[in-house]
Amino acid sequence: MTSDGGHDEARERIEIDLLLEAIQRRYGYDFRGYALASLRRRLWHRAYGEGLQTLSGLQERVLHDPTCMDRLLRDLSINVTEMFRDPSFYRALRERVFPLLRTHPFIRVWNAGCSTGEEIYSLAIALREEGLLDRTRIYATDIDDAALERARAGSFALDRMQRYTENYQRAGGSDAFSTYYTATGDSARFDPALATGIVFAQHNLVTDGSFNEFQLIVCRNVLIYFGPKLQEEVLGLFGESMTRFGILALGRKESIRHSRHGDEYEPLVEAEKIFRRRS
Amino acid sequence: MGASWGGLRAVETVLGALPAGFGAPVVIAQHRRHDTPDGVLVRMLGERCALPVCEAEDKQSLDPGVVLVAPADYHLLVEPGMVALSVDAPLNYSRPSIDILLGSAADAYGERVAGVVLTGANADGALGLAHIAGRGGTAIVQDPETAERREMPAAALFATPDARVLALEQIGPALAALAGTRAGSAT
Repeated sequence: MTSDGGHDEARERIEIDLLLEAIQRRYGYDFRGYALASLRRRLWHRAYGEGLQTLSGLQERVLHDPTCMDRLLRDLSINVTEMFRDPSFYRALRERVFPLLRTHPFIRVWNAGCSTGEEIYSLAIALREEGLLDRTRIYATDIDDAALERARAGSFALDRMQRYTENYQRAGGSDAFSTYYTATGDSARFDPALATGIVFAQHNLVTDGSFNEFQLIVCRNVLIYFGPKLQEEVLGLFGESMTRFGILALGRKESIRHSRHGDEYEPLVEAEKIFRRRS
Repeated sequence: MGASWGGLRAVETVLGALPAGFGAPVVIAQHRRHDTPDGVLVRMLGERCALPVCEAEDKQSLDPGVVLVAPADYHLLVEPGMVALSVDAPLNYSRPSIDILLGSAADAYGERVAGVVLTGANADGALGLAHIAGRGGTAIVQDPETAERREMPAAALFATPDARVLALEQIGPALAALAGTRAGSAT
């Protein structure tokens, strides 16, 4: 919370605007189109973490200390996720999406905003169990290098595996989940063979353009951190990055209904927010 | 408005007292299991409420007389004119977090917000309600003596001693009176 006695809403807004402007000009990261409420929480989280009482103080430190920018970037970009989050989504992929992908000799998937990789490995496991992984290339991108590094390592906390195993089973998994990882110490290292077809790359959805055409773009619970205008731009980018009749999978509570890009898609699995391009 | 243990009956009672034509948007965070199926809670609440009750989608607009409920396993935040979702880590084991909901409403709407903390067995909502009060909004707490679990309203009262303490049945009518006297937002 940001209650600090002499708090003033208009003043805070000025501080946020100046901080974001400073970050953009100094480091090239553009957070100005992010949804304000979550952004404000994360900025204050960093400020308090640095022992600072104001966002102007955070601005000064970020400008003069690139390691502070690294820490802020981490706070702004790490999206907490889990393997097979929303098992029904993965069931819908298997039952409704993979049969469409199967018709292609070579499959390209973009996991946009992959964070620390829990979703990529879930996708890879589902693709392998459907016999598609060998001819699929997954491009896993994120704004944050450190998150990508963790994704590349394919190593997750061992104490999460019970929850992930339940998710996996509810998602229609056909094996014993434990066959996919090796436990060492307090971490579970996933089978490196799952990652052979994964390309990890830094990509900023706000400032970078289209780099390939995909049959499936998975971008779940990333757009929720963007404001409406930025959401429009990123949906435009996805449109440019898709093959004909390409498939877009968003988070279960995300919507393209109000977007001007909404008409370009028809729902493939309405409840799971899986859409298919009309052309 | 935030509720936890025993919250379903409490939220039903408050919403049931809001008249059709209620003049402010309502947003609710009710703690529940992360894997509660979609729509169960809103269906139950909708049956008892004269207003439309729906599970919030990201960037859904805030409309007077429409009740938006945080989806299970998401935080719900208030932005000017709309709501936003987040999957940030649970705060004090809670997602949705009542603190995050109330705090964001205070940031977005300041003194136009009325925040309500209902029954629960933890301290979620206390910080958020204090933030609302600090921004000049109205803080309402269910009388701990009438709450199924008193811990949460008691914690809210500890953090905001000046909050209005109301019996469950009085909260809906109080909100209706507030919404009638100004173009406010009830959370």
